[in-house]
Amino acid sequence: MSDDKGAAHEDNSPAIAKNATVDAVVAVILLTIGAVVIYESNRLGSGWSTDGPGSGYFPFYIGLILCVSSLGILYQALVSKSRNTGTFATVQQTKQVASVLIPAGVYVLVTTFLGLYVASAIYIALFMVIMGKYSVVKSIVLGVAVSTYFFMMFEVWFKVPLYKGTLNPTGFLGY
Amino acid sequence: MEELNSLFHGFAVISTPMNLGLMVLGIVLGVLIGVLPGLGGANGVAILLPLTFSMSPTSAIVMLSCIYWGALFGGAITSILFNIPGEPWSVATTFDGYPLAQKGKAGQALTAAFTSSFIGAFVAVVMITFLAPLVAKFALKFGAPEFFSVYLLTFCSFVGMGKGSPFKTLVAMALGFALAAVGMDTVTGQLRMTFGFQELMRGFDFLIAVIGLFGIGEILLSMEEGLEFKGKSAKINSKVVWETWKELPRYWATSLRSSFVGIWMGITPGGATPASFMSYGLAKKMSRTGNKFGTGEVEGIVAPETAAHAAGTAAMLPMLALGIPGSPTAAVLLGGLLIWGLQPGPLLFVEQKDFVWGLIASMYLGNLVGLIVVLTTVPLFASILRIPFSIIAPVIIVVCAIGAYTVNNAMFDIWLMLVFGVMGYVFKKLDYPIAPLVLALVLGAKAEDSFRQAMLVSQGDLGIMFANPLVGSITTLALLMLLWPLISWVLAKVRTPKVDELAAQRPVD
Repeated sequence: MSDDKGAAHEDNSPAIAKNATVDAVVAVILLTIGAVVIYESNRLGSGWSTDGPGSGYFPFYIGLILCVSSLGILYQALVSKSRNTGTFATVQQTKQVASVLIPAGVYVLVTTFLGLYVASAIYIALFMVIMGKYSVVKSIVLGVAVSTYFFMMFEVWFKVPLYKGTLNPTGFLGY
Repeated sequence: MEELNSLFHGFAVISTPMNLGLMVLGIVLGVLIGVLPGLGGANGVAILLPLTFSMSPTSAIVMLSCIYWGALFGGAITSILFNIPGEPWSVATTFDGYPLAQKGKAGQALTAAFTSSFIGAFVAVVMITFLAPLVAKFALKFGAPEFFSVYLLTFCSFVGMGKGSPFKTLVAMALGFALAAVGMDTVTGQLRMTFGFQELMRGFDFLIAVIGLFGIGEILLSMEEGLEFKGKSAKINSKVVWETWKELPRYWATSLRSSFVGIWMGITPGGATPASFMSYGLAKKMSRTGNKFGTGEVEGIVAPETAAHAAGTAAMLPMLALGIPGSPTAAVLLGGLLIWGLQPGPLLFVEQKDFVWGLIASMYLGNLVGLIVVLTTVPLFASILRIPFSIIAPVIIVVCAIGAYTVNNAMFDIWLMLVFGVMGYVFKKLDYPIAPLVLALVLGAKAEDSFRQAMLVSQGDLGIMFANPLVGSITTLALLMLLWPLISWVLAKVRTPKVDELAAQRPVD
């Protein structure tokens, strides 16, 4: 039926990273965000202004919690004995995830030009052909059908206009 | 019996053909959402929210809350037939549900699950009917410090009751607050943390975060596991239903206990997932056939399902009475209230009687309709799961993209949704809880406002959080919750700890 099954169950694929490593990386990113929040709060005025607490008063403490907690996570990931050395994801799993994520990114990019309806039809059809090994005709029919259904639902029945893209390929329909 | 009068008034409000139709539509959509991977109660409601903008608030909430009930029902279908929990709170249902299905008793398992869901929800709604007006009346006297202490308690409870690293809970929460602070400051009008980007001026909409974190994140996770649906077939006929119903009264003690566990965990933001596990564990300990749990005991389905549904329903109480949601889905519904121009909180019970009692009445009716709908349409929904993932996945991503776009009619939000999706995937894998992040994002502005007002009153003295017995005891309770991981660590050093058998299977929610 489709190739996206079964493959992930081969567990002999090598690990791409350990949980503790990813944990540490995420903690560093969060620490950076925390530092940015503190910096920005200070700029806005994290103290007491003439008429009450300044704009940065509350975010300052939020940044502080963010920094302290991510340092805690960093400690747990790098130094603590109980750190999680399990596999974050195998190479095979990462490929599977990328095979969904990258087309999704391309889909959003194409949407910018062609609008949600046309891009969605193309995306669903291509996904079915490439990932699911369906016949081209079947895939195109389903992709167009789903898009048409959404068009009817949003534009016609609920009167909620969706994005038509900078090139506006569905403009001739008058919606 | 003022409440009963109001409730009957509520039934009158919702008993129009239009509302009843929306109710059935909501339930069907909800079950569908609960069954499909990647769509759950929270992001399902978030995606469908824009469709309700043109409806009256009462019709809108009737439909959206019914989607929620439907999603709660739907989770059980995948757990029992496919051994795949459609929702985190139905993980515990797989322990006994799937073995029963393997024995060919899927119909019995499903009937037990749906009926217990209904009972759990019913007990919780009765509780809401009588308790919510009282809580709201009490909360009318609240000032800014009291409200902030309740917010504090809400968030500290996540730390105290959560599983996994308390640091991760804190980080998730702080990140939510930080994202909530982005954009225009409502008090001073200053732009905060936009760094000159025009798109950031609107701030981060929590609906986008919910759609990305739960929807896209979930799809990425399912993709990694390489979904292989090997389901058991379900046949439910009136005979099976009747036989199971005759058996269920035997477990009344379990049902009652699970309902109370669920209600408690729902009001405090423990949530449905821990409630279902706690209730399963308790039932296992207290049942005479406890040693057979895990091999296909009906009681092992009754316990988690009752608790999960009771918790899911009870989460509406703090949302209605205080304006503080007890779960991500309740948070999305709260966001809906704001969009329809209603101010959630204690005044809702005074100013919007039709709305509040219509909603409560729809909880009774919606769950009854839900029970009937799921019992009659299970085979249909089970067959949806047999559609291959390579068709389902792109369609769900398209649905999420449309949902993200409709929130603000902004292309930028679709990109943002993808970023949140990756974040959700990484967070789920590293056991960061997502619920505190979403709740912080929703409540961030209100929590900050009440904090600022409290500080303004006291001129910056934190002592105001202990100024009177009420606010003092809530704050103390909150601090106790915050320090609970530390306290339990010290206690564990002193005594030998109890082994939590289910800890390994329980997802961080």
